Amino acid sequence: MSKPAAPNVDFEYRYGFSMPQNYTFKARKGLDRDVVISISKMKNEPEWMTEYRLKAYDIFLKKPMPTWGGDLSRINFDEIYYYIKPVKEQAATWEDLPKEIKETYDRIGIPEAEKKYLAGVSAQYESEVVYESINKELDKLGVIFCDMDTALRKYPEIVKEYFGKLIPAHDNKFAALNSAVWSGGSFVYVPKGVHVTLPLQAYFRINAEKFGQFERTLIIAEPGSQVHYVEGCTAPIYTTDSLHSAVVEIYVKEDARVRYTTVQNWSKNVYNLVTKRAKAEARGFMEWIDCNIGSQLTMKYPSVYLMGEGARGEVLSIAFAGKDQVQDAGAKMLHFAPNTSSRIVSKSISKDGGRTSYRGLIQVFPGATNSNVYVSCDALILDEESRSDTYPYMKIKESDVSIQHEATVEKLGEEKLFYLMSRGLSKVDAEGLLVNGFIDPVAREIPLEYSIELNRLINLEMAGSVG
Amino acid sequence: MLKIKDLKVNVGDKQILKNISYTFEKNKVYAVMGPNGSGKSTLAYSIMGHPGYTVDPSSQILFEDEQITELEANKRAELGIFLSFQSPLSLAGVRVYQLIQLASKGKIDPLTLRKKVQAIAKELKINEELLSRSLNEGASGGEKKKMEVLQATALDKKLIIFDEVDTGVDVDALKTISQFLHNHKEGKTYIIITHYNRILHYLKPDNILVIAQGELKKVGDHTLADEIEKNGYENVIKD
Repeated sequence: MSKPAAPNVDFEYRYGFSMPQNYTFKARKGLDRDVVISISKMKNEPEWMTEYRLKAYDIFLKKPMPTWGGDLSRINFDEIYYYIKPVKEQAATWEDLPKEIKETYDRIGIPEAEKKYLAGVSAQYESEVVYESINKELDKLGVIFCDMDTALRKYPEIVKEYFGKLIPAHDNKFAALNSAVWSGGSFVYVPKGVHVTLPLQAYFRINAEKFGQFERTLIIAEPGSQVHYVEGCTAPIYTTDSLHSAVVEIYVKEDARVRYTTVQNWSKNVYNLVTKRAKAEARGFMEWIDCNIGSQLTMKYPSVYLMGEGARGEVLSIAFAGKDQVQDAGAKMLHFAPNTSSRIVSKSISKDGGRTSYRGLIQVFPGATNSNVYVSCDALILDEESRSDTYPYMKIKESDVSIQHEATVEKLGEEKLFYLMSRGLSKVDAEGLLVNGFIDPVAREIPLEYSIELNRLINLEMAGSVG
Repeated sequence: MLKIKDLKVNVGDKQILKNISYTFEKNKVYAVMGPNGSGKSTLAYSIMGHPGYTVDPSSQILFEDEQITELEANKRAELGIFLSFQSPLSLAGVRVYQLIQLASKGKIDPLTLRKKVQAIAKELKINEELLSRSLNEGASGGEKKKMEVLQATALDKKLIIFDEVDTGVDVDALKTISQFLHNHKEGKTYIIITHYNRILHYLKPDNILVIAQGELKKVGDHTLADEIEKNGYENVIKD
């Protein structure tokens, strides 16, 4: 077994292609009050939203950059385009989309997936959702699945009641930025007792260079309802930086269940700085399944506020950091009520100098008696240049709780590789098999189509870096 | 079939095999015996191509007249060599089907392969549930060794080296494994590394090789095993 050759970073990133930009409107580069106002005007928004945006913009200016996580010093806010309207109107069918946009989604495989196993699809291209659909039966049951801009127009009362209440603009600098310039994203409303059995899928695509995508998602699951929302994302490879900064707020009412699955595969020039938070009421169950494969830097810590008695929260995550990548990901669980339980399972892999970190916060407040906390984070380090860190914070203010924390760091051993190679597997196949085996407990929770895609992605990453 | 010439092997600075030459012939059964630490496993690893075992440049290993001394383990496996591990490793999240599917390089379609694996498992009395679990996780000694035999058979290897396939195995499992190996002997060459006579009662070896202190000390027929059992290695080697 010879030493692997020098890492070859030109692995095949299947979604790295870009398309011509025949856009309806592109805001000028950089950000100021006028840009914020023009976005709001363009969208014909109610006054309260314009005000909200401007207030958020002021907060954004005042908030300092985070000094932890990853290196954010290279982000130049003046070098980014904050709003691009790719088409005049949303299309009713895929065929109605401009050729280059339709081709993009065809190559990613969304229209085909829609036919096979999805209850609804939303496709965002740059700043706007260019196509969306929902199963007619769900429509009849009162399920709403549309983009945030449409929601603000059609359901202003619901939006006003929930928007920015879980993640206010002053939460952090990037939540403030999103609140100022947000565009697109999904709005999901599931009425009382309705179970949406097939997943709803949103797909986010960045095509332009030096672009910032700021989608805003709001999911409301009324008592006893169930929904599974899946998002995927890709972008072309550019030498310049792009920024993706989303805000996702989820309300899980009594006895409701929401599962939110992310397969993040941004190209390696994208900063992925996302704030995600859910509130679970009595016996509600919130599950985040979070896979981060792409981007140059991801900082993301999905959280669940367990507000009602018996509420449950889960974060299952996979992070992969290759050359020049930092995945600073984790979870936050806040127990406010008795009998609440949380479970975090984190699997991270680093290779070719990549860096993964698990950063987690568990807080149990006084009165959250008989609560249950389980944290397990496993790191797999594939070579000497790579690194993995664990930052588990726990603030426990209640004595009647059960806490379990496990952490392992493993190196991909020569013995295991030899064992597999002695069966006839190439080194690349052997590594891929071991890595996929490592993430299996989380990957199996992902819908089949995505877990196949995930396995393929990881095999690709493994293959790409061995000469 | 397998020709070893002047095999000298180091692990780090330590020389384990000093100078072993031998030719293993096709369709025969060989037993390799010897005291603990004599270099039996080193011989197995060197034939399979373990990167931690440094073979001296003057040594030669030929498989079906092809020089394999420089080949990586997977290339040797592709030629038809299989090593059944003394301590098979547990692989989290890896199922035996996946492993065999990948190792067979898509030459057999998944369904046929599945059926083949199930048939072998049945004959080896492997609980079918084990097949869809993480390989060797939480498995007993006997189950682990059976899974090794299953892989060797499913992949249809020509030369199979069993490194202590009889260690950590209960009487019933040993009988099952031995019977199985006996039934599937045709067209295969076995090298059985063992401490015990037991397995050799079922699989009568054509030749027994005795290794001690990194050297091939003695070669004999199957009666040599009885002699070793009766008189011990020291006396046998002395003769």
